[in-house]
Amino acid sequence: MSATPGTLAGSRAPFAERLAAVRGSRRRTMDRVMRTVALAAAVVCVIPLAAILLFVVIKGAAALNLDLLTKPPKALGTGGGALNAILGSLQMVALAALVAVPVGVLGGIYVSEFASRRSARAVRFGADVLAGVPSILIGIVAYTLLVLPFKQFNAAAGSVALALIMVPVIVRTTEEMLRLVPRELREAGYALGVPTWRVVLSVVLPAGRTGVLTGVMLAVARAAGETAPLLFTALGSRLVNVGEFGQPMDALPLFIYNGARQPITALNEQAWGAALLLLLFVLGVNVAVRARSWGRRAG
Amino acid sequence: MAIEIRPREDQPVVTTRPTTEPASARVPTRAPEQAAAARTTKIEARDLNLYYGSFRAVRDVTMDIPANEITAIIGPSGCGKSTFLRSLNRLHELAHGARMEGRLLIDGVDIYERSVDAVDLRRLVGMVFQRPNPFPTMSIYGNVASGLRLGGGPKPADLDEIVERCLTRAALWDEVKDHLGAPGTSLSGGQQQRLCIARALAVDPEVILMDEPASSLDPIATLRIEELMLELRGSYTIVIVTHNMQQASRVSDQTAFFSMGEDRAGYLVEMGQTTTIFTNPREQLTEDYISGRFG
Ligand SMILES: Nc1ncnc2c1ncn2[C@@H]1O[C@H](COP(=O)(O)OP(=O)(O)O)[C@@H](O)[C@H]1O
Ligand SMILES: [Mg+2]
Repeated sequence: MSATPGTLAGSRAPFAERLAAVRGSRRRTMDRVMRTVALAAAVVCVIPLAAILLFVVIKGAAALNLDLLTKPPKALGTGGGALNAILGSLQMVALAALVAVPVGVLGGIYVSEFASRRSARAVRFGADVLAGVPSILIGIVAYTLLVLPFKQFNAAAGSVALALIMVPVIVRTTEEMLRLVPRELREAGYALGVPTWRVVLSVVLPAGRTGVLTGVMLAVARAAGETAPLLFTALGSRLVNVGEFGQPMDALPLFIYNGARQPITALNEQAWGAALLLLLFVLGVNVAVRARSWGRRAG
Repeated sequence: MAIEIRPREDQPVVTTRPTTEPASARVPTRAPEQAAAARTTKIEARDLNLYYGSFRAVRDVTMDIPANEITAIIGPSGCGKSTFLRSLNRLHELAHGARMEGRLLIDGVDIYERSVDAVDLRRLVGMVFQRPNPFPTMSIYGNVASGLRLGGGPKPADLDEIVERCLTRAALWDEVKDHLGAPGTSLSGGQQQRLCIARALAVDPEVILMDEPASSLDPIATLRIEELMLELRGSYTIVIVTHNMQQASRVSDQTAFFSMGEDRAGYLVEMGQTTTIFTNPREQLTEDYISGRFG
């Protein structure tokens, strides 16, 4: 095939001959096979997404109407809407964010700006473990600590469970985004005699704010779609609950879960409608986040 | 070049000690007018050793940096010039495992003494970095005002005036006065570097450290920075690290030549009047470096 190794430069065959000899046709076939297999695998990955989108949009669009957005459900499958779930999701996610955003952002700041290498690794590890805990377990913990003692399913317990899901996401993205802020910028602050906490708040955080916000938005989207942590905390409710965090509250995932399980067509349809709403929200957040980072790269 | 020594009116000098061993005394041949000038020493380094963990980056540096002049530090890359410079405003200690031995005095005050707070020190010892680093989320105005706004002290009432004065001093005012609200990063590289100089001036430092401030700039922008340095000379003690020897000879009064030992630790080979160092150095090593034979 190719020239023997160690052949002296003077005794080599002409360049064109050697080129022809090394150009193995077998290798090119393998390249093509590999390429095709990889492409097939990629298609298989995309099909479910397309199927979910298509299915939810078609089924959901049929159920989407003004009632769905503005009315609470009526007695067993006689119409009404998902207002209880929409308002419930908004409130519980908002309360969860109110807790998780400051904790998560400050935690990320700690890891990136203040922690020694060892404690940074410890916090990072903790956050990763928490992020990997199945969400039903987080629900059980919230149930044990915040439902059982009061003998009452309540929305606050649901919010706490959602916050626990959001915190590690926010800690990790905040840390990673702040670490992307150039060291020169921090040093510019220090060199002006600015105290550390001020450098962090006024120089580092603003410089990394887009990334931090991205993390927050992704965490919100994630929490909005969680079902398991709410099953035995907020429980769900067919009543519109505004501000009563000591009482059960509905949420879109619970509404979907409950509606889809009933052998009643009208409820199934409402569930599809709610599914479309949830999908639009989660997808909307994700697209918004991507669009921001694309816009930034282009700009 | 006549050496003008103008005492700062706004800040009384704490201790102005005559140099115990004037840098000029160590120079064999020197111009007569320099011998006549009553030079005071601003910064004294005594047996300074700087470490990163167990690695010694700077070894046994003893040198006197005169007040209100420009002192250039030259030497091959990696010989600890930046490390030395960053020890002067205690930025060095922010690196992991960073440590120092020896003494560093500014106007006779030991800046590594317990009672000296590094944050306070840095208001009097400003710095300009290799790459222009204006705060990207702040306007041109905000960048200049940042030291005063974020420094924790009382906000001066005449901030507008200070900003204008500093931008004028940094030879940038005319170019930016109509868009002070634009982001600092919207300026060209050379303008950004002058903005960073204006930002450093705003907190009214006495010493300005410059770490290769023109190395990322084109020749024309470089020239403007050099002109600016000569403007500031006389009011500030400027210490500039540069690997551009023409630059050192153009702008500086004193030149310190650093080199690296077998153990990779940087040390001061010699220091003296710039003209002397460039025309008649004491050490063979200096001559070799300056004539481009190594480094
Ligand atoms: N943060 C740091 N941690 C560890 N070693 C460092 C650090 N900064 C610089 N050094 C080392 O110290 C030596 C001197 O570096 P530096 O002061 O940047 O040299 P110069 O500015 O003269 O090029 C080099 O060997 C460099 O690798
Ligand atoms: Mg350097």
